[in-house]
Amino acid sequence: MIEVKNIDKSFDGNQVLKNVSAVFETGQTNMIIGASGSGKTVLMKSIIGLHRIDGGRIEYDGRNLPDMRMSDIRILRREVGMLFQGSALFDSVSVLENVMYPLEMFSDSTKEEMIDRAYFCLKHVDLDEKAFGLAPSEISGGMQKRVAIARAIALQPKYLFCDEPNSGLDPKTSLIIDRLIFEITHEFDITTIINSHDMNSVMEIGENIIFIEQGEKAWQGNKNDIFHVDNEALNNFVFASELYKQVKKANQ
Amino acid sequence: MSLLNDTGKYILLMKRVFVKPDRWKMFFRQFPKELEKLGLQSLPIVAIISVFIGFIMTMQTKLNTSNPLLPVYTTGLVTRDTLLLEFSSTILCLILAGKVGSNIASEIGTMRITEQIDALEIMGVNSANYLILPKIIAFVLMMPFLVIFSMALGIGGGYFVGVLTDIMTTGDYLVGIQYAFIPYYVFYSILKSMLFAFLISSVAAFYGYYSYGGALDVGKSSTNAVVNGSILILFFNILITKIMLN
Repeated sequence: MIEVKNIDKSFDGNQVLKNVSAVFETGQTNMIIGASGSGKTVLMKSIIGLHRIDGGRIEYDGRNLPDMRMSDIRILRREVGMLFQGSALFDSVSVLENVMYPLEMFSDSTKEEMIDRAYFCLKHVDLDEKAFGLAPSEISGGMQKRVAIARAIALQPKYLFCDEPNSGLDPKTSLIIDRLIFEITHEFDITTIINSHDMNSVMEIGENIIFIEQGEKAWQGNKNDIFHVDNEALNNFVFASELYKQVKKANQ
Repeated sequence: MSLLNDTGKYILLMKRVFVKPDRWKMFFRQFPKELEKLGLQSLPIVAIISVFIGFIMTMQTKLNTSNPLLPVYTTGLVTRDTLLLEFSSTILCLILAGKVGSNIASEIGTMRITEQIDALEIMGVNSANYLILPKIIAFVLMMPFLVIFSMALGIGGGYFVGVLTDIMTTGDYLVGIQYAFIPYYVFYSILKSMLFAFLISSVAAFYGYYSYGGALDVGKSSTNAVVNGSILILFFNILITKIMLN
């Protein structure tokens, strides 16, 4: 479980996060949603430690990140997997080597064991074996996301962060990636935090949703609660499209 | 203020670079690749430039020292000492600041803007150490070979003036390049070029590592790496010459 308590963050006097508190449950897909510029990416980067917060606590199962030394943060990060918006695969090595990289860096397994683990992860994300030897630039965006997920779970992380996992993907592939993240979260009992403004994702896998509005937590709930909320900002955000307005009507 | 800020950031980055690698195995996997990319792949340009500079320097020296009162070995001696003292170290490094510096800055800069460096950091890897240390060590260690290679080809280029033209004999040239040879010049040249290699690779890595934005910004980082690397080479050239040849 990751718990953030009263965190603040400003850039050059501009306060981006204001007293945000939230609990991200283990074994659930926790989603941070909000409009562009609302502060959701800053919140996620602060939780990971890429931004140093001005005040508050970020507890990874009781371990407060801001109190940690860099060496301890590095150790904690070995329990973290991350799926980046652009996949962030290492383009100088093959797909298989990308997945093997964290294993080679941090595990004491033999080469054969590492290859076995990388194969397991890549097959788990349903990647065609023919792609294992290819360079990331030679595979499609959807396949790159799968490889990035495989790399993120290679070291059996306790925490998985996904930054806009569906950006640049077609609706069908987005759905597949969403379901993959959902399955992995439940299968391996991971604390997953997803940063998204894709409403399809929210409705598909949003078990614990945190809505950020102008740097503040404006609402928290799940995908079923979202149809019965009075929060105007949330309603404007979630039900912006005609399709979702009709879905809401149908649900009410 | 910006200079002070950048200097501070550079020193802090180097502090992160020069620590024990997380895994020596990974370091020794990267290291030969960097030797090949930064050193061996520089050989063609070093060879071409050195031969032609040796050739033209010998011709120019001969044409400008045609006074019969000057000894016949003058041309060979001037060519040799110019190559040994300046061309095969300083000028060669200025050229390599363009080739190697832009290569390092653009490679690391692209990794930065495509979040590959963030991915390394999230995994708990010291990205500065993992990406930059093998490059610096490989380039510094390859530099003496490049310098000696350049010296040999430059002097060889001068020899061909005697063979291909009639402005001097090869015999006069051979006497010149052996006359009053000071081995310390080779040591001095190698030592300063190793310092320049460190400057080229570390400054380029610094600009690449702190790139942000998009492709245009990576281009700017590459340009900054080459320009500032070259200025530092010229500055340190004066300093090290004053210290070592005074």
